Amino acid sequence: MNQEVAIIGIGMTKFGELWNRSFRQLFVEAGSEALEDAGIKSEEIGALFGGNMSAGQFIGQEHLASLIMDHSNMTPQPATRVEAACASGGLALRTAYMSIKSGMHDVVIAAGAEKMTDVLPSKTTGALATAADQEWEAGFGATFPGLYAMIARRHMHEFGTTEEQLASVSVKNHYNGSKNSKAQFQNEITIDDVLSSPMVADPLKLFDCSPVSDGAAALVLASAEKAKELCENPVWIAGSGQASDTLALHSRKSLTTLNATVEAGRQAYKQAGITSKDIGAAEVHDCFTIAELCAIEDLGFCEKGDGGKFTEQGETGLKGSMPVNTSGGLKTKGHPVGATGIAQAIEASLQLRGEAGDRQIDDVEYVLTHNVGGSGGTAAVHIFSR
Amino acid sequence: MDVGIVGYGSYIPYYRIKTEEIARVWGANPESIKKGLMVSEKSVPGPDEDAVTIATEASRNALALADIDPEKIGAVYVGSESHPYSVKPSSTIVAEAIEATPIMTAADLEFACKAGTAGMQICMGLVGSGMAEYGLAVGADTSQGAPGDPLEYTAAAGGAAFIIGKDNLLAKIESTSSFTTDTPDFWRRPGEAYPKHGGRFTGEPAYFKHIVSCTEQILKDSGYEVKDFKYFVPHQPNGKFPRIAAKKLGFTEEQVSPSLLVERIGNTYSGASVLGLAAVLDQAEEGDKILLTSYGSGAGSDSFILETTGRLEKVRENAPSVESQIEHKHYIDYATYAKYRGKIKKE
Repeated sequence: MNQEVAIIGIGMTKFGELWNRSFRQLFVEAGSEALEDAGIKSEEIGALFGGNMSAGQFIGQEHLASLIMDHSNMTPQPATRVEAACASGGLALRTAYMSIKSGMHDVVIAAGAEKMTDVLPSKTTGALATAADQEWEAGFGATFPGLYAMIARRHMHEFGTTEEQLASVSVKNHYNGSKNSKAQFQNEITIDDVLSSPMVADPLKLFDCSPVSDGAAALVLASAEKAKELCENPVWIAGSGQASDTLALHSRKSLTTLNATVEAGRQAYKQAGITSKDIGAAEVHDCFTIAELCAIEDLGFCEKGDGGKFTEQGETGLKGSMPVNTSGGLKTKGHPVGATGIAQAIEASLQLRGEAGDRQIDDVEYVLTHNVGGSGGTAAVHIFSR
Repeated sequence: MDVGIVGYGSYIPYYRIKTEEIARVWGANPESIKKGLMVSEKSVPGPDEDAVTIATEASRNALALADIDPEKIGAVYVGSESHPYSVKPSSTIVAEAIEATPIMTAADLEFACKAGTAGMQICMGLVGSGMAEYGLAVGADTSQGAPGDPLEYTAAAGGAAFIIGKDNLLAKIESTSSFTTDTPDFWRRPGEAYPKHGGRFTGEPAYFKHIVSCTEQILKDSGYEVKDFKYFVPHQPNGKFPRIAAKKLGFTEEQVSPSLLVERIGNTYSGASVLGLAAVLDQAEEGDKILLTSYGSGAGSDSFILETTGRLEKVRENAPSVESQIEHKHYIDYATYAKYRGKIKKE
């Protein structure tokens, strides 16, 4: 059995420093909203696949799958936690997709949640660094800002990319985020604001970096038959790709190409039967501004090395030729790591349903989402269509 | 009969260290720190100073204004988070030094940065009920910031003392109210040299929630409006927070800036909001209304509505002003600072 799969319901919390909300409150809110949007009851759900990077470190809680089903009143249906660092959400989506594609289930939930602000900031950075190679990177003091700073330095060296061009990614994403009521930051900023923000890891400044966030997001996926029965505006999953690369950055031939992104993108384009030119909007993994430049190059929206110029010229803006991160991206919408891959699919759904409000892209046929784990050890790419 | 302040006094140590000097040692950008915290230098206690000497100096200055027999002070409360002893009161040393002993009560208070105003409330109760003729409440600290922690740029030393009584008031305390929750934004465990804090958690759910809620409550209960006050005196952990809180509440820069000493002396913790009040009393005219709201991590706020009397201008020259003590200063480098603060120790 090999059937098409659609998103028939979406739900997400506001992203941000949600100090008064617990992990379980967050996923219940996102899940309930998705069920309501789909117009179905929880007992109709065959299974749940939840992305979460590190609840064990952030809130001291493992065995999340059972926790979620318990507090969502969804026992005894099966639930599975999926982990691939910051790509946990993207992989939860792909796993849920495969469960319908295989014929095992008709309707499932793909969700993602992370509660990051219950620990001190030093612990947050340390917890995130466990997604790097502990023996060869983190053990010597490297954290993700440092690793991505090395990618940025190399990109500047190889292609002449400037700090202003990096900053233009952040400025564009803040503008988009100002039109997203669920975004952590909804303020516009200038190139100067980015350049004068405190240095984090040269050349990356504070405003080149995505924030620490709490949040949850959920999708209801259904088989074609169920989708047509339940939903007037299904969003179809036209392609799904996933690839791996070396865990450590220094083991790669090139620092400026994420092979996992290239390969996952190739798979997704092939399955959808389209090329990068057919994509009308994309949500890419901008954990740091340099990551967005690498992503738009690796996914074929511009030539390798041209990402800085492409962004600086406004091509990735809402009115550009290839709108990127219309939601505000990780930088502005927020980056509750396990929820990010699911939240990207929600933005894709809003764009394809024509419900993206002030940030709506006209006549969009295909939207691509790109979710990365660590410095590129894992990547998931999905393509959605109307 | 009204309860109010019959004497107040302040003390700020002589030594200062600049933000640039601390930033130099840690390789940080001083301009971005100054912009972020709005603190350009902070006070540093000398090697022979602690919360008790600061409290004593401030109390003597308060007595110089009050013109009362110290033996009539029936209660002494010293609020601090840097009491020199874990067990053994600071308040007895202060009481002895100002000759208020022995027919009196005393105790030490701790509520992070608001222990001084908590003492004022206790004294109001004792004096108002007739259990004591006068009460002395002091907020004083030699606060701790771990080397390299952002707190190091602001953790400073200083204090202010208030004698609460019923006659010859310098300022009448019309009302007080508090807002308290269990909010773990900042703490120090026994035996630890430096406090820990929740980073950005110390802002919105901690400082701002308590300061704003407490102030709104006393405004509602009293029927006053923001414009009725000449001065607003909020707790001042840095230069930015009190301004944001004041703006949220509708106070103007003119109402809040006279109390903001933090830019020039840092955050004096238990001394911070009460030194702000002392600075405002140093310049207020008869009939001015003052709204004070302290904040202590953990967390709580105390608000007070005060109105000054004509006696204030007649007696306040009897002790050094806050401004004169801010200006009387000597800069030290980080090495000297590290020695004075016990960050390096002689074998």
